[in-house]
Amino acid sequence: MAVIELSNVSRAFTVTSRNGFRRTRREVRAVDGMSFTVEPGEVMGYIGPNGAGKSTTIKMLTGILVPSSGSIRVAGVDPSRNRLKLAKRIGVVFGQRTTLWWDLPLKDSFAVLQKMYDVPIARHRENLATFVELLDLGELLDVPVRQLSLGQRMRGDIAAALLHDPEIVYLDEPTIGLDVISKARLREFLAQVNAERRTTVILTTHDLDDIEALCSRVMVIDHGHQIYDGTLTGLRASQSAPRTLVVDLATSLPPIEIQGATVVKVDGPRQHLTFPTTTSAAPLLSQIAANYPLVDLSVAEPTIESVITQLYTPTHH
Amino acid sequence: MPLGPDTTSKWERRLPCVYWAIGVRSFRRFSTYRIATASGAFTNTVFGFILCGIYLTLWHERPGLGGYDVADALTFVWLQQGLLMPIGIFGATTTVELGERVRSGEIAVDLYRPTHLLLWWLSVDLGRAMFQLAVRGGAPLLVGSLVFDLKFPSNPITWLAVAVGLVLGILVSFTIRYLVALSGFWITDTRGMEQLALVLSCFFSGTILPLVVFPGWIGEFARATPWAATLQVPVDIWLGRSPDGIGSALLFQLGWLLVLLLAGQLTTSVATRKVVIQGG
Repeated sequence: MAVIELSNVSRAFTVTSRNGFRRTRREVRAVDGMSFTVEPGEVMGYIGPNGAGKSTTIKMLTGILVPSSGSIRVAGVDPSRNRLKLAKRIGVVFGQRTTLWWDLPLKDSFAVLQKMYDVPIARHRENLATFVELLDLGELLDVPVRQLSLGQRMRGDIAAALLHDPEIVYLDEPTIGLDVISKARLREFLAQVNAERRTTVILTTHDLDDIEALCSRVMVIDHGHQIYDGTLTGLRASQSAPRTLVVDLATSLPPIEIQGATVVKVDGPRQHLTFPTTTSAAPLLSQIAANYPLVDLSVAEPTIESVITQLYTPTHH
Repeated sequence: MPLGPDTTSKWERRLPCVYWAIGVRSFRRFSTYRIATASGAFTNTVFGFILCGIYLTLWHERPGLGGYDVADALTFVWLQQGLLMPIGIFGATTTVELGERVRSGEIAVDLYRPTHLLLWWLSVDLGRAMFQLAVRGGAPLLVGSLVFDLKFPSNPITWLAVAVGLVLGILVSFTIRYLVALSGFWITDTRGMEQLALVLSCFFSGTILPLVVFPGWIGEFARATPWAATLQVPVDIWLGRSPDGIGSALLFQLGWLLVLLLAGQLTTSVATRKVVIQGG
């Protein structure tokens, strides 16, 4: 059974703008006719440019915003009608905000959470021990949150969101502003939690490395519409962004001529060729190897950024 | 992970627990501001001496003004200086933060918690008030009593009534500040509202002058406002000057508290509905 179910969900806002003394009201559809389901244990990347409707969707899923039309079920309930009940079963992390007690040691925030979510004390201790170890929080428990670095605070926030064994966690930009090592560590931790606890994760991010590292599924939205839903590989394949073949020849030669690929750059004995994502690289290689003095070669996938940039361009919706 | 049993009813049974935990953390949080606490108590003491100068002149010119004798007036000064912060006559960090959260929209984060907004902030404010009451509530009084001859309650019943009256005063003050903070849901710029609240609080709580000195209908009116329940009423209980006795003084506070709590709860649900339905 799906843990999240949206069927034909739309959310409109009324925007009032003042032009001199004239007030005009305009309806903006932040989310428009969205339908999808998420299975328990899935890690779904939810991406889109600013203003695409990501946070509106998350707000509706957590019950702090009602949809204008359509229906939502999360963990078997209608979120906005059961906000307080649902709040016990979900975890939320905002990369740019903290839910920790700013002036108190980290452990105080954890103690309040145990009461807030009514976690059995044994389970609380067990979870805390696990997270302290995995996130390396041991030294930080007695440090006031305001003295923590961004990376440390983020680890604290993530632990806080998971202490009550939520069935679903919503992570909004959890790696924003972190250095490469902190990011890698956090991703590793999230992957482990998902694998061991089957926690469903909805991850909104602008950092596509997060998606590559964690998400079995990606949903791309723009202007309130779903424009892609599938695997990351599928996302690459769905777009015409070409792949690149770099060949090193024994000597400098004029641009090589083969079927299915074209040379875009010649750099001494090294030549760069592009070919469509739909074409396999193998026949190209055998053609080149048969006709040219091939020394070495490599195939480069289109970057996920270039694929997504292409998705956002207006011709696609 | 299976969806697991619904534990809501169990959570509701254990309601007091989480709010107690929140209150305790808030108390601890304020205990980390040592320098602010010390300098605040020092300022209160300095103001205490200035006010004593003014009140001594006033009561010298008009002995028995408002039914207070000189000892009453001076005790009023030192009690008031100790209680300004705990009661939050000029506003308090907690409700100021709430107002900022409402304005910035960050209040949405509070809605992700399985707790009631009003009770959450009430616990936070009580934790703050209790810390400030314990640590600096008595400090000016102590200094004042070294210099002047001050009045203290003479029997345990009065002490108990003072304690109850103080808690009620803090709660009444909180509910007023809470309502002002929540006005940010409807008013884009709440500064005017906050200033109005500050002026009303200063005057009608008896902070500028004890409300007993105001004659006629102005006095009657001032003593009937909810602000009177925050400072004037508990101080009168301490002095043994409650016009209709301790019982009716406490009932007066309780009455306002219930009305304001109801208003607070109503405003909370309307504000939540506004966020949830209109989107902020």
